[in-house]
Amino acid sequence: MSLISTHNLTLRLNGQMVLEDVNIAIEAGEIVTIVGPNGSGKSSLLRVLIGALKPTSGSVTRAPELRIGYVPQKLQIDATLPLTVRGFLNLPRRKTGAVVATALTQAGVTDLARKQMADLSGGQFQRVLLARALLDKPDILILDEATQGLDQPGSAAFYRQIEDVRSEMGCAVLMVSHDLHVVMAASDRVLCLNGHVCCEGTPEIVADAPEYRALFGTGTQGALALYRHEHTHSHDHDHDHHHKHEAHDAG
Amino acid sequence: MLDDFLIRAGLAGIGVALAAAPLGCFVVWRRMAYFGDATAHAALLGVALALSLELPVFGGVLLVSLAMALIVSGLNGRSVSTDALLGVMAHGALAIGLVAVSLLPNQRVDLSAYLFGEILAVTKTDLLIIWGGAAASVALLIWRWQALLAATLNPDLATASGVNPRREQLFLTLALALTVAVALKVVGALLIAAMLIIPAAAARPFSRSPETMAIMAAIIGTVSALGGLAASFTFDTPTGPSIVSTAAILFAISAGVAPALRR
Repeated sequence: MSLISTHNLTLRLNGQMVLEDVNIAIEAGEIVTIVGPNGSGKSSLLRVLIGALKPTSGSVTRAPELRIGYVPQKLQIDATLPLTVRGFLNLPRRKTGAVVATALTQAGVTDLARKQMADLSGGQFQRVLLARALLDKPDILILDEATQGLDQPGSAAFYRQIEDVRSEMGCAVLMVSHDLHVVMAASDRVLCLNGHVCCEGTPEIVADAPEYRALFGTGTQGALALYRHEHTHSHDHDHDHHHKHEAHDAG
Repeated sequence: MLDDFLIRAGLAGIGVALAAAPLGCFVVWRRMAYFGDATAHAALLGVALALSLELPVFGGVLLVSLAMALIVSGLNGRSVSTDALLGVMAHGALAIGLVAVSLLPNQRVDLSAYLFGEILAVTKTDLLIIWGGAAASVALLIWRWQALLAATLNPDLATASGVNPRREQLFLTLALALTVAVALKVVGALLIAAMLIIPAAAARPFSRSPETMAIMAAIIGTVSALGGLAASFTFDTPTGPSIVSTAAILFAISAGVAPALRR
């Protein structure tokens, strides 16, 4: 069975339709990227999947004993809260030093355990969040705009780290990006979300299209820019809109 | 030994400082200053309720503070901006409490005792209540410490790790109501929030972990309580405000040396 799946998932927040009839399923070991414009419900979908939001209707099915590693969109640690990296990784359950060290190494930041969270650079901070998500040996990693605030090389390096983690640990990865131009070449599937799932497909098909190579090049070491998408409608969630899906044309 | 009113006052002050320290850290980290105010101010309403029904004051205060804290934490969960609403609750509770106390029939209530505390009048029974309540509040926070910290950092992250942030907030709410109830006699409704916030804020520059910050806050709170008591005795000033003034001076010193510590 799928690790996690939704069935006719509908979500309203403060009277606003955020997600409508969303059906997705994530299989073991695959990397799925969700793209979509701002306000398309990407983060809300992830929050439903981790259990932070309850669906208005429809359902979420998780595999029994499913372990989820979650990397939030951003984490604002109040300046009044002193916290070392080790202390952060020990929340909410204390881990042994060896477990903490292993997770930090897997995330590519071996020597940071004693540093204050407030003293980390943006890239280090994201990797520590990744390390935290890896602590419980997750079956699926869920990342919400994990490269927000990182520069282009920083993002590319972070995505390579995710690929390394996946090949080492074999976990599934579900990522969200609002950046339509940077989607991992390693994604097995790309889901386009705009309140509902507009389309999905393999990025390779798109990557082979000459106009995309011309537009974005072949990218840096696997972090390819290869998906172009235009939404010409207003975002009033009535879904009465027109899409131009080059991905389908190319396929 | 407990027959000396100064010793009883000192022990009461230390009890409140110890209860307020870890809780105050959470109030600071979660930016709940108004939340503390609203809960503390509701204590007055609790006093009025207890006196009119001839219940023990501690019980009335605990009940009403808990009710207020639950209402406010319910509001906190909404997505609407709560700053103004919390302000309304905090000041409204204070005003309504004052009116309610004044309406009590045939009662000559010493209002300033409830507003600013009367630590010098602490009895042995009061001491038992203060230390009992303080111990319960501290035990609650120690029990929930890791989960509460996770929920404080990020509710979604906590949820993904199997911690229910709303449930943890309830524990915090309970600890707050308990602390308000025990601190009323010592520093009074107006200054309870000060005892929560000031020692915690003063402890921040000396702390590299949440735990050391709570311990430092307890030490600073204790020094404030004893120092304020001594100052009040020496200069014949009101005791509750003297304790908070001492804490404020310690905060100023801490803020002054903070830049040197960062180097």
